[in-house]
Amino acid sequence: MKKLKLNKTTKNNLITYGIVILAYIIVEAMLAGGQISSLMKGLLVPLCVYVILAVSLNLVVGILGELSLGHAGFMCVGAFSSAFFSKCTAGMMPDGLRFFLALLIGAAIAALFGLIIGIPVLRLKGDYLAIVTLAFGEIIKNLINVFFIGKDANGFHFSMKDAMSLNMDGGDVIINGPQGITGTPNDSTFTIGVILVLITLVIVLHLINSRDGRAIMSIRDNRIAAESVGINITKYKLMAFIISAALAGVAGVLYAHNLATLTALPKNFGYNQSIMILVFVVLGGIGSTRGSMIAAVVLTLLPELLRGLNDYRMLIYAIVLIVMMLLNWSPKALEMRERYSPKRLLAKRKEAKEAK
Amino acid sequence: MKKFTRFFATVAAVSMVAASLTGCGSKSDNTASTDTTADSATAGDTLKIGGIGPITGGAAVYGLAVKNAAELAVKEINEAGGINGMQVEFKFEDDEHDAEKSVNAYNSLKDWGMQMLMGTVTSTPCTAVVEKTHEDNMFQLTPSGSAVESIKYDNAFRVCFSDPGQGTASAKYIGENKLASKVAVIYNSSDVYSSGIYQKFAEEAKNQDFEVVSAEAFTEDSKTDFSVQLQKAKDAGADMVFLPIYYTEASLILTQANSMGYAPTFFGCDGLDGLLAVKNFDTKLADGVMLLTPFAADADDEKTQAFVSAYKEAYGDTPNQFAADTYDAIYIMKAAAEKAGVTADMSVSDICDAMKTAMTEISYDGLTGEGMTWTADGEPDKAPKAVVIKDGAYVAM
Repeated sequence: MKKLKLNKTTKNNLITYGIVILAYIIVEAMLAGGQISSLMKGLLVPLCVYVILAVSLNLVVGILGELSLGHAGFMCVGAFSSAFFSKCTAGMMPDGLRFFLALLIGAAIAALFGLIIGIPVLRLKGDYLAIVTLAFGEIIKNLINVFFIGKDANGFHFSMKDAMSLNMDGGDVIINGPQGITGTPNDSTFTIGVILVLITLVIVLHLINSRDGRAIMSIRDNRIAAESVGINITKYKLMAFIISAALAGVAGVLYAHNLATLTALPKNFGYNQSIMILVFVVLGGIGSTRGSMIAAVVLTLLPELLRGLNDYRMLIYAIVLIVMMLLNWSPKALEMRERYSPKRLLAKRKEAKEAK
Repeated sequence: MKKFTRFFATVAAVSMVAASLTGCGSKSDNTASTDTTADSATAGDTLKIGGIGPITGGAAVYGLAVKNAAELAVKEINEAGGINGMQVEFKFEDDEHDAEKSVNAYNSLKDWGMQMLMGTVTSTPCTAVVEKTHEDNMFQLTPSGSAVESIKYDNAFRVCFSDPGQGTASAKYIGENKLASKVAVIYNSSDVYSSGIYQKFAEEAKNQDFEVVSAEAFTEDSKTDFSVQLQKAKDAGADMVFLPIYYTEASLILTQANSMGYAPTFFGCDGLDGLLAVKNFDTKLADGVMLLTPFAADADDEKTQAFVSAYKEAYGDTPNQFAADTYDAIYIMKAAAEKAGVTADMSVSDICDAMKTAMTEISYDGLTGEGMTWTADGEPDKAPKAVVIKDGAYVAM
C-alpha cells in the first residue's frame, strides 16, 4: 500500500484531471443516450474555450501575481491567425492535420505577441501593468479591424484602408476589415476541446510544481527576496506571460473554428471579455487552477440556463455574481465558512468523543 | 503586491457586474411577454416560430423592435384564425448581438421545439446561425440580416436588401437620376453594415457618371466630431455627400455641416430612417436629405398607417424599419406556409423543403415593398423606394 501514498500536490492535481475526465465521460454517455439538449450540446465547445482561458489567465494573475487585463487580445490573435491559415489552406490537406497546424500556429503567434508585449510591459508592476495590458488588448482588437487581406492568382494582397484598395483580380477577400473572417471550417469538437483542456492543465500544473514555477511564485510573494537569491525576474515573468498568451491563443483557435463567423467586436475580444475571464479567475479563487476551471464552467452555463427567466436573465446573473463574490471574499463570510466548515465540525466531534 | 492585485482584481470584477447591471437598465420598457400562445391552442395544432435578436446590450434597440413587431403580427394572425387554421406560437431569445450567444439562443429554441426561425436580427450572428440552420435543414427568414453571407444557404431568405444591394442601388440611383457629379462618402469603418454598403457603392460608382472625390471613415470610438471629414468633402468640391450610416451620426453630420456653411445634397440608405425623431435635432437641417429606404413611418398608404397606429398603441413607440421588416417577415412566412400547405405535425426538415419552394412562388405586398418575390438564393426582389425629406416629413420621390 505504500505505493499509493501520494504527496498532497500530486493528489490535488489528480483530482483536477479526474474532474475533467469524469465530466467528459458523463457528457459523452449522455450524448450517446440522447439525453442532452441542443443548448447544452452547443455549449460544450465554448465551455472548453473558457476553461482554457481561465486556467491560462490564472497563471499570470494567480501564480505570477500580476494583473493582466489584455487576455482577450491574445485570444483574438490566436483566433484570427488560425482562421486565416485555415481559410487559406482549406481543401489543401486533411482536415485533422490542418486543424492541428492551425492550433500550433494560433499558439505560436499568440506567444510571439506575448513576447512582444511582455518585454516592455513586464518592466511595470501593479496598476501600471494592468492599464498597459488593457491598452494592448484594445490595440490588437482595433488593428485587426483595419486589416484587409485578400488572396487571388497573384498571391496575397494587403491593405489597411478598404477592400477596394486591395486591387484584387478575382479571388477571395479573407480578412475583410470589420467584417472579419467568414466561413472558417467547423473543426472544433468537444473531444478536441477536452484534450486541449487536459493539455493546458498538464502544462500549467507542471509548471507550478516545477523549479521554474516556484521561482515564479517567489517573485509574486517577495520580489526583492527573489532577486536577492539570484532569480532572473524578467526571464521568469516573461515565461509565465508567454505560456499564458500561447494557451489563450489555443482557446482562440478553438473559438474561431467553432463559429462560421469571426469578427473582432468589443463583445468577444474587447475589454469586456478580458474582464469576464478575470472574473472567472477571481471567483474561482485567485491562484487555484481547479477553482478557475469550475468558475469558468459555472459562469458560462449560468446565463444560458437562466434563459427561462426571459427579461430578468441578466439581472439575476449579475446578482449571482455579486453574491458569489461576497461569499468568496468578504472577511465575515470567510470567517463563517471557517466556523462551519465540514472539516472543522468533524474535528470538533472527534475532540468531543475523545474527551468522553 | 499580492494583496493589491487581489484587491484590484476584485474591484474590476465588481465594476463588470455593475456594467452588466446598467446594460439591463436600458430595456425597462420591455414588458410584453414573450409567449404569445393563444389560449385555445392545443399542442397538436400550433406552429412554433422562433425569433433571435439582441434585446440587451448596445444593439438592443433593433432586437426590441423586431420582437415587438413579431409579437404584434403573430397576435393579429392568431386573432384572424392562424395559418392554415393552426395557431402560431412565437418565442424570442436574446443573443446580445454576439455570434456565440446567438448559436446558444438557436439551440435553446430548438429544445423548445421551434419549427421555423424568423431571425436573426443582426448580420454577424446571422452568419453564424445560418450554418446551424443549414445543418438542421430549418427554414430561416431574416428580417434584417443584410450581410451577403447571412443567407448563403438555400434554406435562408431575407426581407431587407443586402448590404451590397443597397450600395449598388444607391450608386445606380444617383447615376441614373443625375443627382450629382462629385460625391463624397462618410462611412463607419468599424460597422459591417456601413462598410459593406460603401464597398459596393464605390465599385458601382466606377460604372456611373459621377466621381467619388473623397471617402472618409470614422469608427465607433470617434463618432462625435465630423468636421475633418466634412472639410475634406468640401475641399474636394463634392456637391453630394453619401451617408451609408445610422441616423444618430447623420444628425450630427448635418448639424456640423450647417454650422460650417457647407450645403451639399445628402443621400443615405435605410439607416437614416429615424433621423426626424432624433431629440433636439433641428428638422429644418434635414430638408432635402434623400434616402433609399423600404419603409417610412409617416407614409400615408393604408397598410403603413394601420401598422404604425397598432404598434404605437401596443408599445407607445414609433416603429422603425426593423419593425416593418419583421412585420412583413411574419406575414411572408404565413403566405409561404399557406402556399406550401404546412401543417404542425410535419418535421422541421419537411417544412423547410416545402417552404423553400413556396418562397420562390409567392408574391407579397407588404410595408417594405409591393410585389416582393424571392429567388432561390434568398434575396428579395423589390423596387428600392427613394424618399426625400421636405418640411419635416418623408415625401416619396
